[in-house]
Amino acid sequence: MDKVMRMSSERGVVIFTKSSCCLCYAVQILFRDLRVQPTIYEIDTDPDCCEIEKALLRIGCSTAVPAVFVGGKLVGSTNEVMSLHLSGSLIPLIKPYQSLLY
Amino acid sequence: MNSASTHFVPTSRVGIYEPLHQFGMWGETFKNNIGNGGSMNTPNHILIPNNQKLDNTNLSEDTSHGTPHMFDQEASTSRHPDKIQRRLAQNREAARKSRLRKKAYVQQLETSRLKLIQLEQELDRARQQGFYVGNGIDTSSLGFSETMNPGIAAFEMEYGHWIEEQNKQICELRTVLHGHVTDVELRSQVENAMKHYFELFRMKSAAAKADVFFVMSGMWRTSAERFFLWIGGFRPSDLLKVLLPHFDVMTDQQVLDVCNLRQSCQQAEDALSQGMEKLQHTLAECVARGGLGEGNYIPQVNSAMERLEALVSFVNQADHLRHETLQQMHRILTTRQAARGLLALGEYFQRLRALSSSWATRHREPT
Repeated sequence: MDKVMRMSSERGVVIFTKSSCCLCYAVQILFRDLRVQPTIYEIDTDPDCCEIEKALLRIGCSTAVPAVFVGGKLVGSTNEVMSLHLSGSLIPLIKPYQSLLY
Repeated sequence: MNSASTHFVPTSRVGIYEPLHQFGMWGETFKNNIGNGGSMNTPNHILIPNNQKLDNTNLSEDTSHGTPHMFDQEASTSRHPDKIQRRLAQNREAARKSRLRKKAYVQQLETSRLKLIQLEQELDRARQQGFYVGNGIDTSSLGFSETMNPGIAAFEMEYGHWIEEQNKQICELRTVLHGHVTDVELRSQVENAMKHYFELFRMKSAAAKADVFFVMSGMWRTSAERFFLWIGGFRPSDLLKVLLPHFDVMTDQQVLDVCNLRQSCQQAEDALSQGMEKLQHTLAECVARGGLGEGNYIPQVNSAMERLEALVSFVNQADHLRHETLQQMHRILTTRQAARGLLALGEYFQRLRALSSSWATRHREPT
């Protein structure tokens, strides 16, 4: 889906969330702790919410939200993010986008 | 003085220990009261423990407090017939009261016995239904409503088996580490232990679908384990804390990897904890929405139900974190180190279970 393609290929870390989703919130907190400012798209406020959800699932996200993209590439949902982080592979991925401050 | 109540165990408690010394007292009473009532040789003092008095002692003016002597009684009654009558009446009265007390006491024993049998039957029934009772039988924690859910009943039965298997594996690890085994054998032990933990996470996932509150409550674990509960299980960061002191020699790379793992584990844990707080917050808001005190709550309950679905995801995510932490430790450590670590971890939980058991039974020792 074009919209998803466009939004996901923005620079940096992009996360598709739903305002009601608390796991999405947890993932956002994690990136914040890693000194990254992700771009958040709350799809439940978008009129094309259903389409976006289907598109995200089709791309290969295990759950539609949260869907994390880094540098235009799909990283995955909460499971994938956590696995990457514990194996030490997440930080190298997001290094270009980490804030130097604090 | 209400002497009756001081002898008896209150019916609300199954007090198995206290009546024993009282029974001794009753035994002596029966030895002396056979035929009863009219015997002049019934010494009053056997019925009365030192510091407690029966009602009938108030009746006799010339009985000295404490132990009246046999000779005094005979001497005084031979001279005064009406004293004989009075003493006979007193004895009859005392014996009658004694019989009544005995009857009440025996009835209490019977009731307690029946209650004990009933409790044992209930416990057996619950066990058969697959309800896992922890090491220390903490009856206040038996939630019988859970056995109505077949998914939960199955989980509890499986968990009981899991613990048995876990204890076996811990013994095997101990033997293997103290003996001389090849690395291959050690590796297979380590693999088995890891698979066993992963099996638990799979079981919990199914149980969470059946009743997430049950998994979250930790009621399927012992009380001390429950004290440390974090989203339905142990904290991954605690796991690392338990393991790390057991590795004497680590390479520089290992030290670095472990350091990174500790940090990322803590960060992931914090993120999930904050997500849980948000969930609690939004759930509370959801339930409290609209006018309170107006007697209608269906819309609030319905929207809260939707939010509660998220709890299952959190439990799964927490288990995923535990899984990944174990997996990473396995990757970082050598086989022997991993075996020692798994033994330490297994024993740690065994100790917590033993602690729960000791704590639960601490009041049951006879003083």
